[in-house]
This record gives sequence, structure tokens and C-alpha cells, in this order.
Amino acid sequence: MRGTTRAKWLAGVGILALAATACGSSSDNKKSDTGSGAGNSASGGSSSGGYYTASSTEPQNLLQPANANETGGFYPLSMMFRGLYTYDPKTGDTVPAMAESMDTTDSVNWTVKLKSGWTFHNGEPVTAKSFVDAWNWGALSTNKQINATWYQPIEGYDQLHPEQGEPTAQTMSGLKVVDDNTFTIKLTSPISSFKAQMGYTPFMPLPTEFYKDPAKYGEAPIGNGPFQLDTAAGGWERKKQITVKRYDNYKGNDKAKAAGVKLVFYTTYDAAYTALRDNKLDVIDQMPTSAIASFQKDLGDRAIVQPQLSIQKIGFPLYDPEWSKPGAEKVRQGLSMAIDRAAITKAIYKGLEVPANDFLAPGIPGHADVCGDTCKFNPEKAKQLVAEGGGIPHGKLTIATNADGPHREWVTAVCNSINQVIGAGSCEPKLYPEFSVARKDISGHKMQGAYRTGWKADYPFPDNFLNDVYRTGAASNDAGYSSPVFDNLAKQAMATADKNQSLDLWKQAEAQMVKDLPSIPLWYYTTKAGYSTNVSNVQFDVFGNPVFTEVTVK
Amino acid sequence: MPEYEKDHEHLPTGSQEQPGFGDQEFRTVALADTEGMTVEKTDVYAEPAPGKPRGAWGEAWRELRRSPRFYVSAALLLLLVFMALWPGVFSSADPNNCPIVDTDIKPNADHWFGTNTQGCDIYARTVYGARASITVGVVTTALVVLLGGVIGAFAGYFGGWIDAILARVTDVFFGIPLLLGALVFMSAFPEDRTIWLVVGALGVFGWMQIARIMRGSVVTVKQSDYVVAARALGAGTPRILMRHVLPNAIAPVIVVATISLGTFIATEATLSFLGIGLPPTEVSWGADISSATTVIRDQPYQLFFPSLFLSVTVLSFILLGDAVRDALDPKLR
Amino acid sequence: MGRYVIRRLLMMIPVFIGTTFLIYYMVYQLGGDPISAMFGDRGADPVFVAQKRAELHLDDSLIVQYWYYLKGLLQGDFGTTLNGIPVADELKRAFPISIRLALVAFAIEVVIGVTAGLIAGLKRGKFADSVVLVVTLVVISIPVFVLGYVLQYFMGLQWGWFPATATPGDPTWEDLILPGIVLGSLSLAFVARLTRTSIVENIRADYVRTATAKGLPRRRVVTVHLLRNSLIPVVTFLGADLGSLMAGAIVTEGIFNVDGVGRLIYLSVTRHESSTVVGAVAALVMIYLVMNLIVDLLYAVLDPRIRYA
Repeated sequence: MRGTTRAKWLAGVGILALAATACGSSSDNKKSDTGSGAGNSASGGSSSGGYYTASSTEPQNLLQPANANETGGFYPLSMMFRGLYTYDPKTGDTVPAMAESMDTTDSVNWTVKLKSGWTFHNGEPVTAKSFVDAWNWGALSTNKQINATWYQPIEGYDQLHPEQGEPTAQTMSGLKVVDDNTFTIKLTSPISSFKAQMGYTPFMPLPTEFYKDPAKYGEAPIGNGPFQLDTAAGGWERKKQITVKRYDNYKGNDKAKAAGVKLVFYTTYDAAYTALRDNKLDVIDQMPTSAIASFQKDLGDRAIVQPQLSIQKIGFPLYDPEWSKPGAEKVRQGLSMAIDRAAITKAIYKGLEVPANDFLAPGIPGHADVCGDTCKFNPEKAKQLVAEGGGIPHGKLTIATNADGPHREWVTAVCNSINQVIGAGSCEPKLYPEFSVARKDISGHKMQGAYRTGWKADYPFPDNFLNDVYRTGAASNDAGYSSPVFDNLAKQAMATADKNQSLDLWKQAEAQMVKDLPSIPLWYYTTKAGYSTNVSNVQFDVFGNPVFTEVTVK
Repeated sequence: MPEYEKDHEHLPTGSQEQPGFGDQEFRTVALADTEGMTVEKTDVYAEPAPGKPRGAWGEAWRELRRSPRFYVSAALLLLLVFMALWPGVFSSADPNNCPIVDTDIKPNADHWFGTNTQGCDIYARTVYGARASITVGVVTTALVVLLGGVIGAFAGYFGGWIDAILARVTDVFFGIPLLLGALVFMSAFPEDRTIWLVVGALGVFGWMQIARIMRGSVVTVKQSDYVVAARALGAGTPRILMRHVLPNAIAPVIVVATISLGTFIATEATLSFLGIGLPPTEVSWGADISSATTVIRDQPYQLFFPSLFLSVTVLSFILLGDAVRDALDPKLR
Repeated sequence: MGRYVIRRLLMMIPVFIGTTFLIYYMVYQLGGDPISAMFGDRGADPVFVAQKRAELHLDDSLIVQYWYYLKGLLQGDFGTTLNGIPVADELKRAFPISIRLALVAFAIEVVIGVTAGLIAGLKRGKFADSVVLVVTLVVISIPVFVLGYVLQYFMGLQWGWFPATATPGDPTWEDLILPGIVLGSLSLAFVARLTRTSIVENIRADYVRTATAKGLPRRRVVTVHLLRNSLIPVVTFLGADLGSLMAGAIVTEGIFNVDGVGRLIYLSVTRHESSTVVGAVAALVMIYLVMNLIVDLLYAVLDPRIRYA
């Protein structure tokens, strides 16, 4: 959810986040650098001295690993920290970083062995204790870390983070330091993909320096990643930028190529894109809506379009009796067939997003055309199904979205499509002024109509797209979907160590979802990004984030 | 408040004598307040005879009929109001019929103004959009005149501590810019965002100028000989207010109101631009302009047509107010 | 004069309290759940939410919250944002930027506005007058966001005359020219028209006729006698406008990536950060009140016929 969260969060932030979520279609990576038309001598200052600039936003919280769930905090943390594993930028596969090994026989008890020789930016060696202490600190409810729930699978979390009252323990019983380079993790239930979560920021290690004053540390973090905070160049300058430089003693394989990076905070993607065209900014991670049609023409070879592990959907309030009565699933299927995904992505996204045919994004293992005809535009069948299902509940479909993000356009288009097929007045957008208000109604189960809901992979595994969203009682199950068949299959799939067997179980679980259709898959986003003439070798990973370490400055 | 105490002694009828007063109400937008100084200054200028509204109006009307600005703006406004009332006469297309396959069509014979990204006919939307904008403008202005008029009349007529309190209240609202106030106000009502809420938001933060003018007029008239005489003859308060005070205050109020009408329409559009204006089901220029800004690079015509209509409407009201102001102000002839 | 100023200052107190309460009340009404919103689409952690709400007094009644706020304010504490940053820091950062932008806009509107108004007034009824009239009317009737986007597109992107967006965090003067034009355009139109009206009125005044009659060169009549007297209403308008320029930049700052007060207020409203909104507005109201006082005093200085007791 990192991504979605981030995309959404941004969207919440106003005109600002125009492009939340980029993405889609063709995977033509145009990375070769012509450098030809570089006549723009205009600024160039941005990349002086081997540093380059990249667009970002002000971190919403202090820079503590378990305290970032939006791009602004995630980018600097992901540059300054490395966990046990990291993700291959091209495939999203889990690849070892600090871990020598992470073994399990039952998906419950895990033994972690660390590589030796790694140090924090202040020279302190990274040990097993660096990890265990950091996780315990992050999980402790009194430390108010926004991503504390990531430690939930670990045994003993309940005592550190009780639903009510004060914590009754300071350390999770499931974490044990064996020696400097070894520790063990015990989970409360088997999770075969647990290893795949180890690249996410809450699972980073922390130096002892941190505990002296976590708040002060949060202003100027000391990590173990390929970049370190460049305090001489200003470090974190509020509402302006964060400057990091290469950490020369970094032991990982992904050493930084550039001398340093300035993450510059833009209040709108429009502004960032404008700066990029002026060569004042070197790397932009998303295109503003206003440039979607033209950025490939504007930037030529410097435009990037590639698939991203994210999906846009419409969710339904299955807790509403009208939407859960028998036959309502036919209405949802009918509505799904009334949406002309191809025409909408073409009109709104200039064909850059890919119409969805599965709840999993392409690139997630197990992705297949599971949705089939249900996700194909079919006006006659759509009308018929909606009629068979007893018509649209409450007489009219509303699709809720926040007005301050980039979503209004496509929600309107989806409604128009439904209106064309089912009849005028069948659907209208319901605009919330801000993300927070929409969120409150959605998570508070107060919706009567549909609402937009997106998802972006935290780690490339079906669990993240299915279990975390559709299992009965899952934290992000806003629809209130509850299917014993799905739950049972999901549980088996989670516990199965064999990958293929697990994927097969997920496919069966998805088949059940297509029958119930708790949400309608719309399209997959692509990363739409670009870079200036000052840099080369700019790549984006499958999550849509720039691969900061690879960029080279000319 | 010195300026208030002072104008008990002598008083400005709001504006006739004040050069460029017409420019000042724009401070509803710009939010400034120079009342203190204007009041002080008035005794320097010749005082207009307040007691003969009919004569002044006749004179003004004659003046108006000679003003091309008046004819142009009045003709445009008639057309726009007609469009707002009976949009079907101008366009047979349905503004909400938006086949997505007709996306981004440049202006042609079928679609005079082209289509937008959603595939809606821009001409139809522009025609139908007149209603929302003009309704917001007209109703808000009515509300503002009512609210400001009553508060101003109260403050001016009763004076004393009532005046002092109302003056402070006016100051409180003056301190908050119209757009900012409306922004927060609209955000506070996420659920029922209707056209009436927009009217309310603009009204609540837009009445102060009228109140001040009204108050000024009332203070002036109250002390004039004929009112004193009327009172001596036993006329009641309501009668005095209706017969003598209102006719006198109405001229400057009309001018300010016409001009702020344009301001309200523009502010509504800005609110829609910020995503907190009219509901999405309402066809409005503001919302259409707002979504067109994202395609300014590729389809500038989508921005052009609704902007043009919006500007022409705002302009017509301002021109009308301007013409009326000039007609009422002998010095500018 | 001294007594007058003190009275005016005392009168600011109820207005200040009234305005902050009004804003506080509205922000309180915003509803929504700012803390849960921090989690995006991901389910919020109820424990985290409960702790944050308690910390920020979000569960207390309006009056109690306002009381906490006012108490802090009296001790010079503007409160903290949802993320724990002192609001005072935010204001200290944002205000200088907005002041700089306001000054640029101000300079543009003074230079261009007064010149245009002067020309129009002197050539009353001629072609130049009509041009100024039409241009100012057009500027007034275009919503600021349309003007902003159009100027940014043409002057910034297509023709490259000025930087199209400001440098994040620390805009240079050059960066502020384009937003300054957009922000100042409305006032510019008013200044031009106000100057024209005032000139037209004064040009027939006795003192001008006298000056002309005694054989002074036209240039001297215009600059020394006419302009000086005609600018009195303009100067007072400008004085009051300087304060409003800072508050009126919500849209302009957004379009041009200027991270000033307008932007701060807008973002805080969308995030329901009442302390930031109220703090920023309170500061703006203070500026507004003080500017008004200065304008009134300035008026007395410029026009000797006015005395304050």
C-alpha cells in the first residue's frame, strides 16, 4: 500500500497531486540518451558538482523508518537505508541486501543471517541488534509511528501495540538476537511471503545514535544505505529540499553512481514539469495531467513510459443491504461491462494506461485474464445483467472521489460511460472536497454508493493485492467483503511455501472474487516520467520510483 | 471608532461625492477598507442634495440613455439572462450527453465549440453553464444587499453601542478575504454542496461593503432637515426608513451591487477551480474552465469558450455598474 | 493623534479575537478525519489515531480547543501542525516569501497602474483613454486562475520571457515577476482607473487652472500640482492593498509553485490543520488592521485638511 497510500496521500494534498499514479501501457523504455538538443544552457546549475535534482514533496513526518507512508518521506528513507532485502528494479523480485540468508521451514519461524562489514554512515557496524531494537521501537504504540501495523505479524506485537491502554512490554517476544550477525523472527501465523516485505522501510535497522533523541535524529537521519544526508549542503531544508551524498563505505551492490542528489519539493507536478523543461530539474517521477498528451513529444528520448505495479478500481459498499442482497453481484457485473475501459483510457490518459482484466497488476506473479468477459465492454449484456439484478441499488450509482486530486476526470468519464449504456441519470460522481473527508466515510463504512479505490504494490506478491484488501477483516478491506470461500483459499495460499501451488490457490480465490465482484478493476497505471539533458541512465523500478543509485550526471 | 463617531456629525452619502468610489468596492475582492478616510474627506466636497431622489434618477436615466456602454452591457446581459432561463432555445444538444469516443474534437460544423476530453459538446455546456453562474451572481448579490442593507441601516439608524458592535462585526468579516472565507466555509460543508451553499458562502463574506454604504447613507439622511421635520410631524421609524432613507441609499448600493455581482461570478469560478465550488452535476463555467486548464497545452479551445463567456458576463455587469455610476455622478460627465 | 492611535489599537483586540474565533469555528466545522487521512487508502491504525487526537485536543469541544489555542497564542505559541512542526516556524518561512511576492506585485501595479491612469486621465476621451479602459476591464473580468495559466503558458513556457515556475523554497526576484504580474493585475486595473478618475476630477480644479494661468510649464503642472494631489486616493488604496496582496495569493501561489502564505493556508485547509490556518489568518488580520491604521494616518499626512483627534 505504500504506493497507493502515497498516490492517494498526495492526491489528498490538493491541486497538487495531479498525476497521482502514473501509468501504463507500453513498456517501451526509452532510455537511451541523445543529449543532442541539449542547447538549454539556461540553468544547468542543478546538476553541478556531480549532484542531480529529483522532484519530491516535503516529508509529512520526521524521517524515521517506520514513519513514512508517502513519497515525500519514502524517497529519502529508501536512499539512506537498506534492509535485509531490496527489490530488483526491473522485476520487483526480492534480492538480498544486508541478509546473507533468511530461512524458514514453516513460514512461522525465520532465521536471519546478516552479511558482515556493513556500517552506518557514522561508522557504527550494523548488527542483528540494530534491526531488532529498531523494530521494537517502531512497534511500540507510544512512539506513534505511522507504519507500526507492519510489525503486526510478529509475535508479541499485541503487547507493544494494544488496542486499548498502555503497552505491557517493550520488546516483541518474536524477535531474538542470537549473535551479532544472527537473529530469529517468530510470526503469529504462517506467511510465506514475509521475506518479500523485508525491503520496505519499517524493516530498516537503526543505529544506537537514534535512541538518544529520536526526534532530533528524525531531522537528520543516519542510515546504512547508498546515500547519506549531506548536512554540509543543508541536509533537510524544510519546504525546500533534502540533499544527500554518496556513502562511499556502502557495502551493497547498488552503489550510487552520482555524487549526490537533491530531492526538491514541488507543490504541483505542473510546476515540477515546467522546471524539468527548463532544465532546472533533472528527474521527475510523475507527469502532470496537463502534460500527459504532450510529454513524449516534448521530451523525446527523455520520456519514460513503463508498467507499474498498480491498479485503479471502483469499490462497493457491501455492508449496505442494498448492495449485498442476492442479485446485486449481477448489477456490479453489469456495471463493469458498461464501462468502456479502452475508450476512457484513450481519451483521458491518451492510451497510456492499460485496461484491467485481473485484480492483480501485470508483473505480479499470477497475473492472468481472470476477469474475462466481466471486464469487457458489452452494452447489451450490461443492460441485461443490471435488469436481472433488480436495477441499480438506491436508483442511481454514485461514485465518490475527492475533488482535489486527479481522479475527477476519469470518475466522470466512467459515469458518462455507464449513463450511455444503462440510461441517462444512472450514474453521477460524488465529489468530496478533500481526501480526508472521503476517507472518513469510506473507512467508517458510511458509503451508499461506489467509490474509487486504488492499489499500488508494496511488494510484488498476490498477498499484497488480495489478502490485504479482500480478506474478511483485513485492514484495508473497505468494502466489507466477506467470502468464506475466498478467505479459506487465501489462508491456504498464504501458508503454502511452494510458489506455484500458492499462485494456483490465489487464482482460485480470484475466480470467486470475479463472481462476487466486490470491486470493479478498471485499468493499470504506467510510470510516466522523464529527465533533463543533464543526466543519463535514468530508470524507474516497477513500483514507479526512480532508481536513484543508477542515475549518472553528465 | 473615530470614523464612526465622526460621521455622526456630518456624513457622506456613501459615494456620490467620492471620486472613484466605484473602484473601491472592488475591495470586496482586494479587501481593503478606506472608509475611515473617505468619511473624513467628505465635508470637503460639495454635498449633494439628498432629498430629491426622483430628480436625480431622472437625470441619471437621461444620462444613461446617452451611454453606449449602457446599451452594450444591457444587451449582452439580456442575452445571457435569456440563455440562463431558456438554454434549450440556444442549443438542442444535451450538455450531459458525453460519449467518450467523441473526445477532444476540434470546433467543427457539428460541434461549434468542439468537444471536451469527456466528449461533451462544449457549445451546449457553455450555453447551459450560464444558468449556474448567473444564478450565483444574482442571488448572492440579492443576499448581500439584503444582509448588508439591514445591518448597515440598523447601525446607522440607531447609532450608539449598536453601531459600535456592528462596526466591530463588520471589521471581523472585512479581515477575512472573500476567497479565503468562502474556501473554508465551503470546506466546512462537505456533504451538501449545492448552488445555495455557494451563494451562502459568498454572501456571508461579501456583505460588508454594502453595509458601510448603507450605514453612511442612513447617518446622513437621519440628520437632514426634512427627516427631522418628518419626525416632528410624527412619522414612525419604518416610514422614515422606507420613504426617505432607502431612496437615498439605493443609488450607491446599486452601483456597488452590480459591480460585485461580477466579482461573485468570478469567485464562484475560482472556487470550482479549487474543487470546492458547485456540485459536479451542475453544469458550470467554473468547473469546465477548471478541467480545461489541464489541456491548455493541447486543446486551448476548451479553455477559451467557457472563459470567454464568463469574462463577457463579468464584464457586462461591471460595465453596467460603471455606466450607472457615471450617470449618477455629475462630476464625471 | 496619539490618543486616536491608542483607541484604534485597542479596538483591534475584539476584532482580532472575533476573526480568529470565526476562522477557528469554521475550521472546526470542517469535519473529516485528518489523522486517518494520513494513512491514505491503507486502513488507519486506531491506536495511532487515538493518541494523535488526544495530543492535539481534537476530541475536546470547540470552546475548549479555542481556549487552548488562545492561551498558547498569548504565550507566543502558535501551536503545532499535525506532523509536529511548530506553526510559528511555518509562518516564519512562508511570510517572507509572500511579502516578497506582494512587493513585486505592488511595484508592478504602482508603476504600470499609475502611468496608465495618468495617460488615460490626461487624454480623456481620446484613443489612449479607451485603450486603458478596455484593457483594465478585460483584466478585471478574467478570473485569476485563467490569467495565471495563460500567462504562464505563453510568457513562461512558449516565449520564455520569465521563469514559468518559482524555485522551490526560495524563489528569486526573477521567479516572482510572472506571479507578481498575475497577482497585481487586478489591483493594477483598479489603480489605473482610480488614478484616471482622480486626474479627471482634479484637472479642472482651480489650483490647476491657476498654475497653468501663471505660466508654469505643463510638465510641471502635471507632475507637481496635478499628480501629487490626484494620488491621494491612490496612495491610500495602495496602502490597504499591500496587506491584501499577501492574503489573495491562494491561487497564484499554487500555479507558480510559490510556497507562501496563500499556499500554506490552502494546504492546511485541505488537511484540516486548524492551528496553521488560524495562525496564518490571524497574522494576516493583524497586517490588515495595521495597514488600515497606517493608511488612515497617511491620509492625514497627505491631506492637511484632515485631523484626527
